[in-house]
Amino acid sequence: MLKTKPHRNQLVTNKLIRQFAEGIEAKEMLADMLCITVQKEFVPEVLRFLRDDKELDFNFLTTLCGMHFPEKKQLGMVYHLHSFNFNHRIRIKANIKINQPTISSITSIWPSANWMERETYDFFGIIFKGHPNLKRILNVDEMTDFPLRKEFPLEDQTREDKDDSMFGR
Amino acid sequence: MTFGNYTDYYKKDLISSEERKEFNTLNVGPTHPATHGVFQNVMLMDGEFIVETEQTIGYIHRAFEKIAERRPFYQITPLTDRLNYCSAPLNNMGWHMTVEKLLGIETPKRVDYLRIVVMELARIADHLICNSVIGVDSGALTGFTYLFQDREFIYEIFEEICGSRLTTNMGRIGGFERNFSEKAWDKIKYFLKKYPSKLQEFENLLARNRIFMDRTINVGSFPADRALAYGFTGPNLRACGVDYDVRVMNPYCSYEEFEFIVPIGQNGDTYDRFMVRQEEMRQSMSIIEQAIAKLDQLDDKETYFAQDPRFVLPPKEKVYNNMEALIWHFKIVMGETDIPVGEVYHSIEAANGELGFYLVSDGGRTPSRLHFRRPSFIYYQAYPEMVTGSMLSDAVLTMSSMNVIAGELDA
Repeated sequence: MLKTKPHRNQLVTNKLIRQFAEGIEAKEMLADMLCITVQKEFVPEVLRFLRDDKELDFNFLTTLCGMHFPEKKQLGMVYHLHSFNFNHRIRIKANIKINQPTISSITSIWPSANWMERETYDFFGIIFKGHPNLKRILNVDEMTDFPLRKEFPLEDQTREDKDDSMFGR
Repeated sequence: MTFGNYTDYYKKDLISSEERKEFNTLNVGPTHPATHGVFQNVMLMDGEFIVETEQTIGYIHRAFEKIAERRPFYQITPLTDRLNYCSAPLNNMGWHMTVEKLLGIETPKRVDYLRIVVMELARIADHLICNSVIGVDSGALTGFTYLFQDREFIYEIFEEICGSRLTTNMGRIGGFERNFSEKAWDKIKYFLKKYPSKLQEFENLLARNRIFMDRTINVGSFPADRALAYGFTGPNLRACGVDYDVRVMNPYCSYEEFEFIVPIGQNGDTYDRFMVRQEEMRQSMSIIEQAIAKLDQLDDKETYFAQDPRFVLPPKEKVYNNMEALIWHFKIVMGETDIPVGEVYHSIEAANGELGFYLVSDGGRTPSRLHFRRPSFIYYQAYPEMVTGSMLSDAVLTMSSMNVIAGELDA
């Protein structure tokens, strides 16, 4: 029993398409949430518009996180926004080419993005332009890998006492 | 009088470089008795006053998001235990509900009510620790030692329900692993009878105590707009006067059938955070009572899981005597059950804020990506802004009243 808000979703979609016609790549409903993919250059503008528009009023950045799609050679950003006034949540996505992993920071829109962006940089190597203090946060500073990328091994690959192929991995 | 805010004076541009030479650098942590966890703060001090502070985190980072990408869904539950380990059942239930949302499992009402009983008990255990530790950090050890008996009793209830105490790994996807025993119900009812008076006694020790009030009122206060910008949720946000509660805004697990008050504060200071948690414990007691009344009204006293064979282990006698049951048992334990492709975000009101799970499945046996929205990680960022200009001893109190849990902070 998933609760959706079709009217609100429609309003958000219409407004975004009217405002950023070329910047919106796709929209889809995933489970109970509207998910809009925007071009990465548009991310800060779109988020600022969603926050400042009085009819939409997405005042709260719930969370943001990175993604990695090795077969598409892409990284991704996922932002979850929440409007307290209308009790409406949406998800904004952006795709980033892996050989050019940069996107603009949104710390000027929500200060809470500061550590979350540092965490994303730490684990995916996405570089946030305009971030006030972009350095590793949970891993050691000397680390050179980005551990949540899919090619990073979970366990020490030199171990021979475990055979993952037995378990279909 | 209070030494609330000298923030303006200590802003960097007002301080000359000559003046800076007089300041001391103080390392608080990584292991320090006053921080209740592994946190490091490098503080620049002007005597007793904090000029700047920078947090170092990640000392107990265990890469849960990475590990989760190699685990079948039911094996991720023990990872969630270790996020906010003061209220592990809340995290467990949140995770189960996320997977149920992805799979489209509808849980029976009885399961929802049982979950609410467990979740509210966990919330009480968590708030109880936080509030009694505020007492300890302001010099009142008595309340802490006194209330720990009740925490112990809550853990005994958990032990009766699932067999373990702190990191509970309670419940299964679709419900519980077994029905609550008679003894568990006896203990819950005994707790409901005993606890309110003890909570009141604890509150009498502190709430109108002159020393406690002087130490907490206007200490670490934070305005509501800044709190929202910094992603505060839970009691910390409600203490600032914003009545955001996931249980009310996006009800899950049949919370919409329950009547309770969402307490809010005014100043967002340490005292308000303390009082909001006190009232939330009372509301939790009332929710548990309502849940028990609703359970009594249900004819069904046996259902404790959803009728979905995909994740509920069949009873052992059937596994030994029935081929289908054996097959299902094998598939579930080996994590070979079919998972649909999709992505969901589900959030619950955990003890210190909105705990969210962003789960992306590509149809494999494990999640292709799992992201935890950990409330402490997000609101702990505001700590420097909250304590700059205050005294070191106030910073200790501010931190304990924010209820920052190291396990949740570092994932």
